[in-house]
Amino acid sequence: MSKLTLFRMSGLVINRELTLAMRRRADVLTTLIFFVMVVSLFPLAIGSELDILRKIAPGVVWVAALLASMLSLGRMFSADYLDGTLEQMMLVPQSLSMLVLSKIIAHWMMSGLPLVLIAPVLGLQFDMSAGALLVLIAALLLGTPVLSMIGAVGAALTLGLRGGGVLVSLLVLPLCIPVLIFGTGAVDAVTSGMSAAANLSLLGAFLLVSLLFTPWIAAQALRISME
Amino acid sequence: MRGEHQLFAGLNFVLGSGELLQVQGANGSGKTTLLRSLCGFIQPQAGVIHWHGQSIRELEEDFYSDIIYLGHLNGIKDELNALENLRFSSAMAGYEVSDSVAIAALRRMGLRGRETFPVKVLSQGQRRRVALARLLISKASLWILDEPLTALDVSAVGMMQEVIGEHLVQQGMVIFTTHQALEVTGVETRLLSLS
Repeated sequence: MSKLTLFRMSGLVINRELTLAMRRRADVLTTLIFFVMVVSLFPLAIGSELDILRKIAPGVVWVAALLASMLSLGRMFSADYLDGTLEQMMLVPQSLSMLVLSKIIAHWMMSGLPLVLIAPVLGLQFDMSAGALLVLIAALLLGTPVLSMIGAVGAALTLGLRGGGVLVSLLVLPLCIPVLIFGTGAVDAVTSGMSAAANLSLLGAFLLVSLLFTPWIAAQALRISME
Repeated sequence: MRGEHQLFAGLNFVLGSGELLQVQGANGSGKTTLLRSLCGFIQPQAGVIHWHGQSIRELEEDFYSDIIYLGHLNGIKDELNALENLRFSSAMAGYEVSDSVAIAALRRMGLRGRETFPVKVLSQGQRRRVALARLLISKASLWILDEPLTALDVSAVGMMQEVIGEHLVQQGMVIFTTHQALEVTGVETRLLSLS
């Protein structure tokens, strides 16, 4: 019996998730377009007062990223649950937490990473400085994986429930507030001439803590949902 | 137990190698619940399930590498083709196979020429065949099959009898439920009735 190494298994899962995403590109694109639209609405609605725009930019980008990540959460486990691939995954002779982590990584690559990449372009609408944009990217890179991980716990807990989509947002949004505060705080610090190091370090700490705990919690929640 | 409702109690059986067990019962009598408990999805309210003398709760992953479960859901992805589905699900179970081995398994299941079709264009019976092709690749000793014959045509049912027969000859074990007739030549089917 050849048991798969953890590393190989993660590779297989991520590869499969990305293949699936490539075959349903619409799902990935809707999240991204939603993000672009929400962010672009603000300059249009508020007008071209650059001082105000510069001030609200980090908040707007972060709130939009948070909402966009909520949109894609429902899909994280529900499709696999409905077609039975999830129950097969629970019978894989490997750690379920690692499997869940692989799914989270794949989910982030399809929902979080595109937001990070497009954020600087959107930042230009708000007349953000180059330095602020760089910090915004760094903060999003550290923060969006946390959103995916916390979201995975919510998605696993609400699996198979009716109206799970709304419920998951209600569960997850409050837990994401710290990420929002320190994510916007990092950009604010730079624009007001201070160092963003403290905020970024805290975001990094959030990332490490959720990396340790959320896959395990989500795996336990999945086991409960499968009963 | 499902919710407040007791499905069965006082159940006790041992399955030895080379044995075939059919779980019988009316709709809603708890066949699926029993099979899912055997896989460890559901924890029985009372009692334990042992595998080689050890509780499956303690064995966990070691137990999973010895079983293969096929439920009502096929566990295959609509967007992937039959070959990709089979190779992925086998790889997850620890059997990384080449294209040729997987294609051979699919052909034996009567899917010649359909190997690279996306599963969503296949018929219900063909999807079932894709799911069942895993049995041909897996080396798990215990097969737990919940209604494996749904949507299968006569020739596929014959094929399944053959495949199960081969598995039993190799000292494998099969637990299954069905409402159709499944006769494996040379092996006596043990019956477990839930009522």
